[in-house]
Amino acid sequence: MPALSIDSLSKAYGSVQALRDMSFDVNAGEIFGFVGSNGAGKSTTMRIVLGVLATDAGEVRWDGRPLDLHVRRRIGYMPEERGLYPRMKVGEHLVYLGRLHGLDRAAARTAMEHWTQVLGIEARRDDEVLKLSLGNQQRVQLAAALVHGPEILVLDEPFSGLDPVAVDVMSQVLRDQARAGVPVMFSSHQLELVERLCDRVGIVRAGSMVAIGGIDELRQTPQRRWFVDGAPPDAWLGHVPAARLVSSDAVSSGAAGSVVEVADPSLTTVDQELLAAALAAGPVREFARVRPSLTELYRGVVSSDVSTTETPSASTSTTSTSATNEVSA
Amino acid sequence: MSAPTDGQLGTAAAVRLVAGREISTRLRTKAFIWTTALFVAAVVLGGVLLHAIGGQDDDGVPVAFTPSATAAIPAFEATATGLGATVQTSELDPAAGEQALTDGDVDVLVTSVDPMLSVTVDSAVPQQLQPVLAAFAQQLALASAVTDLGGDPADVAEQVATAAPEVTALDPEPARDGGQIVAGYLAGILLFISLMTAGQLVAQGVVEEKSSRVVELLLATLRPAQLMAGKVLGIGVVGLIQVGLVVGSGAATASVLGLLDSSALDLGTTALWALAWFVVGFATYALVLGALGALVSRQEDVGSVIGPVTTLMIIPYVIGVSILPWDPTNALATWLSYVPFCAPMLMPIRIALGAATTAEALLALAISLAIIPALVWLAGRIYAGAVLHSGGRMKIRDALRGT
Repeated sequence: MPALSIDSLSKAYGSVQALRDMSFDVNAGEIFGFVGSNGAGKSTTMRIVLGVLATDAGEVRWDGRPLDLHVRRRIGYMPEERGLYPRMKVGEHLVYLGRLHGLDRAAARTAMEHWTQVLGIEARRDDEVLKLSLGNQQRVQLAAALVHGPEILVLDEPFSGLDPVAVDVMSQVLRDQARAGVPVMFSSHQLELVERLCDRVGIVRAGSMVAIGGIDELRQTPQRRWFVDGAPPDAWLGHVPAARLVSSDAVSSGAAGSVVEVADPSLTTVDQELLAAALAAGPVREFARVRPSLTELYRGVVSSDVSTTETPSASTSTTSTSATNEVSA
Repeated sequence: MSAPTDGQLGTAAAVRLVAGREISTRLRTKAFIWTTALFVAAVVLGGVLLHAIGGQDDDGVPVAFTPSATAAIPAFEATATGLGATVQTSELDPAAGEQALTDGDVDVLVTSVDPMLSVTVDSAVPQQLQPVLAAFAQQLALASAVTDLGGDPADVAEQVATAAPEVTALDPEPARDGGQIVAGYLAGILLFISLMTAGQLVAQGVVEEKSSRVVELLLATLRPAQLMAGKVLGIGVVGLIQVGLVVGSGAATASVLGLLDSSALDLGTTALWALAWFVVGFATYALVLGALGALVSRQEDVGSVIGPVTTLMIIPYVIGVSILPWDPTNALATWLSYVPFCAPMLMPIRIALGAATTAEALLALAISLAIIPALVWLAGRIYAGAVLHSGGRMKIRDALRGT
């Protein structure tokens, strides 16, 4: 299965080291979410993939071979800074871009008609780009990335500035593309969206990949937490010495309860011990494993000091406001 | 980069696509349509106006003769022609003649030629007719005296008319040809304006792609050189269409109205050379201005970054239109007409004035063409190094370094 390999990229802008040894793969048919704070190196990485920026070291490969202009023409790209000719008509613009990517006139026209239809801007084909709202310009920009039937999609912040309906349309398009075998790589600050959409996520900080994996994989932290809606923890927590109280006034799905944590991952039956202890103290209305959300993972990763551990450790630095925790049954 | 293997876009096709977009979008802009229409209208109207003014002169000063004086009309016209004046003669009876004088329809009414010339005017004899009337009066007096002496006045008149001094000029002044001077002016003005406009369009077009950020999308599928070549080619074609329409309508107006019937101007050659020099001048300036445009990211900065070059463009233009029409062999202008960047504005004026041989024009063309490969290389490097740089103005040195 072909993969887009980003291998040990480094890039410096003057004295600023934008990328250091950035490496990861995006597999065919996979949606890869690229998250990190502003200036962490996401856009720089994408621009190097597209060849609009030269790397200082490392290389980008597709299917094992270094990317050249001819492979790059088969990438669909949405730059961070949106770019279209403001005075060109939407339809003509998309046909032009399709032809630049090697389609003939008829094929480019068909593709333009298809994508403006799918993205709900078919009524605006004869309008100049600048006459469209920002949200619709964004849809045109996505159509521009898709019009040539790309084999790879690289989208920098495709969801920023979209209304909820447009987000759904865009999400569906990305899923369809991935299902068709296209590796989809996109960056976003909307972490709930990334969590919902992506097969894998990479978190970057200061030019390096600091956490990468499937969402569930990333959420596997050594510390395990449970939400308990039952008797007050003082009454039963003492029976499980490995557990400690994180919060006694957490809220989950509208129910109030406590969050307890066990730091030792080797205690495989500790959840049963906790449940038994809680039941012994009174009725238990809800008992659920609490996994950190991507937002918490992200906060943990980007706020931890550069010199400390590079593994995701959400719970160590996040404040224990489990009200924001996602509860999975 | 590997060779195209799967029907992908080659360089020629890419350049053609980029140029095609430039042409089709620019030909439809209001700016292009209006400036072209205005140029063409100005040239055609100017020709018509010139024809109308010239036509009035051709008709000559209206001079009427009463029936008793009509016999002298051929002799009067001959005298006027001999003195370089044009007259329009007619026959009117005395009453109608005086009425015509009052109405301003005729300037002079000749009432009698025998024994001496008598004329009636409204207020005064028109200036250009004074020598004619004086000479004609003397001629009549002479004829009368010859008759009195028994000679043949016609014989004497013929000998007098053909008598002319033989002049030897030590430093003859070349004949000034009005048609050539006008064509020289027009060639200079047209090339200056069209090169300036088209060159600025290239700079603005480069910055338009930078400021709208579309350049990043384009450079993901095009090499910088392909994008720049397509842009220069496209705008060049648009400019050539505009110049061609103006030159063509000017030449057509001139030949239809017969404006150049008495001129030595070779209209076809002058027009073709003007187009050729537009192409060469455009290539030269577009490369420089396009590369300079790439150094900035905002339209507001275009003027200042290309300012030094557009200011330098004014020098050959001013020399061309202020010196050459009056002094076609001026040494400074002649030398500068071989220098690239100056030649596209000076050589067409010399050609229009008939002051340059074809060999000289071809030599200047060869020199200007010879520097274009160097300009392509330099401009390509500056453009590629600067076009993705955003923010403030970039230094040429940094662009060449490719940072």
